[in-house]
Amino acid sequence: MEAFGLLVYGFSVLLTWKTLALMMVGLVLGIFVGVLPGLGGPNGVAILLPLTFTMDPTSAIVMLSCIYWGALFGGAITSILFNIPGEAWSVATTFDGYPMAQQGRAAEALTAAFTSSFIGSLVAVLLITFLAPGVASFALKFGPPEFFAVYLLTFCSFVGLGREEKHKTIISMTLGLLLAGVGMDTVSGQLRMTFGLSDLLRGINFLVAVIGLFGISEILLTMEERLALRGHPARISLRVVLKVWKELPQYWVTLLRSSAIGCWLGITPGGAIAASFMSYNLAKRFSKDKDSFGKGRIEGVFAPETAAHASGTSALLPMLALGIPGSGTAAILLGGLMVWGLNPGPLLFVEHKSFVWGLIASMYLGNVVGLVLVLTTVPLFAAVLRVPFAAIAPMIVVSCAIGAYAIQNAMFDIWLMLAFGIVGYVFKKIGIPLAPFTLALVLGNRAEDSFRLSMIGAGGDMRVFWSNGLVGSITTLALILLFWPLISSAIARIRPAVRGGA
Amino acid sequence: MKRKLGSFASALACLALTTGSASAWEPSKPVEIVVAAGAGGASDQMARMIQVAIQKNNLMKQPMVVSLKGGASGAEALIYMKSSSGDANRLLIAYSLIYMLPLSAKIPFNWRDLTPVSVVALDQFVLWTNAQLPYKTVKEFADAAKSANPPFKMGGTGSKREDHVLTVFLEKKTGAKFAYLPYKSGGEAATQLVGNHTQSNVNNPSENLEVWRAGQVRPLCVFDKERIQYKTKVTDTMSWNDIPTCRDQGVDVQYLMLRAMFLPGKVTPEQTAFYVDLFRKVTETREYKEYMEKQALKPIFLTGKDMLKFLEEDDALNKSLMTEAGFVAN
Repeated sequence: MEAFGLLVYGFSVLLTWKTLALMMVGLVLGIFVGVLPGLGGPNGVAILLPLTFTMDPTSAIVMLSCIYWGALFGGAITSILFNIPGEAWSVATTFDGYPMAQQGRAAEALTAAFTSSFIGSLVAVLLITFLAPGVASFALKFGPPEFFAVYLLTFCSFVGLGREEKHKTIISMTLGLLLAGVGMDTVSGQLRMTFGLSDLLRGINFLVAVIGLFGISEILLTMEERLALRGHPARISLRVVLKVWKELPQYWVTLLRSSAIGCWLGITPGGAIAASFMSYNLAKRFSKDKDSFGKGRIEGVFAPETAAHASGTSALLPMLALGIPGSGTAAILLGGLMVWGLNPGPLLFVEHKSFVWGLIASMYLGNVVGLVLVLTTVPLFAAVLRVPFAAIAPMIVVSCAIGAYAIQNAMFDIWLMLAFGIVGYVFKKIGIPLAPFTLALVLGNRAEDSFRLSMIGAGGDMRVFWSNGLVGSITTLALILLFWPLISSAIARIRPAVRGGA
Repeated sequence: MKRKLGSFASALACLALTTGSASAWEPSKPVEIVVAAGAGGASDQMARMIQVAIQKNNLMKQPMVVSLKGGASGAEALIYMKSSSGDANRLLIAYSLIYMLPLSAKIPFNWRDLTPVSVVALDQFVLWTNAQLPYKTVKEFADAAKSANPPFKMGGTGSKREDHVLTVFLEKKTGAKFAYLPYKSGGEAATQLVGNHTQSNVNNPSENLEVWRAGQVRPLCVFDKERIQYKTKVTDTMSWNDIPTCRDQGVDVQYLMLRAMFLPGKVTPEQTAFYVDLFRKVTETREYKEYMEKQALKPIFLTGKDMLKFLEEDDALNKSLMTEAGFVAN
């Protein structure tokens, strides 16, 4: 019941006119960036982050997380109406959403998407609410070896569980680690790879990198592909909404399974993209009527949307509690926390209660308000897509540049952003995933510091990573995940043999 | 149109007023206090205290904003100040990094490039240990450290900086060896001590205040020639004044750290004079006095020639400490 008390406290932090107004602004901006192809959640949050620098941390995170919820909702709109996934995790939503729109059932599909998004986040928020208080007492157990083990786990799971080719993930991650080393090294107090440039002293800001890698490169790609935007009209009436809601209970298994997949993949860094595909595939696999999938089946919208939202939301728990982001957007929010002077990690729950519980309360409220908002404003946002790309692209580039500049008031960062834009474009062309690069850039330094601190403390003895149950099990899990592809193929090879023998 | 005229008139009136009070310079836009450390650290807290003191007592017409430039262990702030030459709307809240960083990391910076305004406080250092460990005196602690294998871990902020220097001198005076763990902030060093991941740290009073009050850490001695003056009880049983000096405990290591305000280079004497006067007023406010006591800082106000003399002496002292500790980069 401690969780409940703290949650009520969270609502009391939240319920001021200022916070509520920021929440609405955040949601609207979020839906907007979610709808725009090439922007999306991580970029939207990255670009709008500097807006919050002057706010107090609680208001700032409420606004940013609402941008995040908004983007999650918004991503579904373009997938269904235009067959353009506004977000990578909305790709699976297009499989059945777009056919529904073609059959004139756009309103139904949208309602299904929004409602299941809402359910997914709600499940994840409940999980966060009841797991979070325990996190605080867990706090002090984390010394340098434990921190390193967790970072190792994150890196390893990206390599072992990612859908991309392993060597490409490793290439991308290694480049990120290399760039993370630029600037002052805390452990030795020396400068590294700055080449005498004072602009490189503070290191490569990962927000600048993210804006370039995702935003600018996406614009370059879209320019090349001459994307034409053509949409279906959409209007949602109360009758349609009620009809979909009435059908909802019969899909409870799908909803529950998708939420569970989403929560699990959100907490481990598999992320929303994997979650949405996986739950779509599972819904199809367990369905009695497999063939109707892909032809406009409402369940095909429920499954990926529930999972994407559940994972997007639960990704915030490891970010807050351990300083490990479960998704790209969470990684950017993590950067934001540091800017506001909050050290994410176990102690955040002890030292900044009003911040943490304000955020959790805002997840509840943000999702309810968000649902109402998207249901009423769909026609408006759909209109955005009728503006020619030629008019929208320059605006996006300018907003990216402003965002990159504002982080540290440095002109240098704009050039850096453009350079990263080109890097991102090339990476996408040759199929190197960007997420491991970003992850390494944001966590590389901390992983290195905690590894070296562990080594100093243990006199160079690697056994420190198995010196107690906590650190030992995390390290072991990390290694298992790293070699998971080998292990699973080995299991697959043994199994038929066993069956054959029996 | 009417409204436009009105605002024009009031702008004129403002202009008339400012020219009316003649000679004395005053900032015409918000003043930025640059903090060369992370948020929540001692510098940041002090900057925010100054911001509040100025605002509450109406010491300045323009608002004051705190800007955090803690990147590259504070080097970011130093370079920023150096490149802001001539801009009198920017102040650095400086500490010993202005001497140490150019020596250890060869940052192209010299405090003489900036304009000294005033020294506003001196900060103490205290040797702390985890309260669950049995050591009640420096001697017990040092003896245990000497025979410890693996060596005791000493947490601190940054590498080759004040905490590290103190650790080296503690080693020299006691004969014990420590494994020095450089964390990113004093707050992190404090929580790592509480979590038993280190055996000790040399945090400033303000950095360990909360965990001391929670009974999780124990102060062993203060690195000064005299005890801290504040006698109000901080914990149930102890005040700052109850902590003995390290010298009395047989370990003669002393170090005080300046907290001083600097303007960028090439500002006019009128501009400097405005800020000297401003900070003199700040040190007279209730907010400043309460802050000094709460954070166990030594109140001081130095400016002009006195400040320059202090800075030169302090610079020489830090340089010799850094050289002796072997932290000066070639």
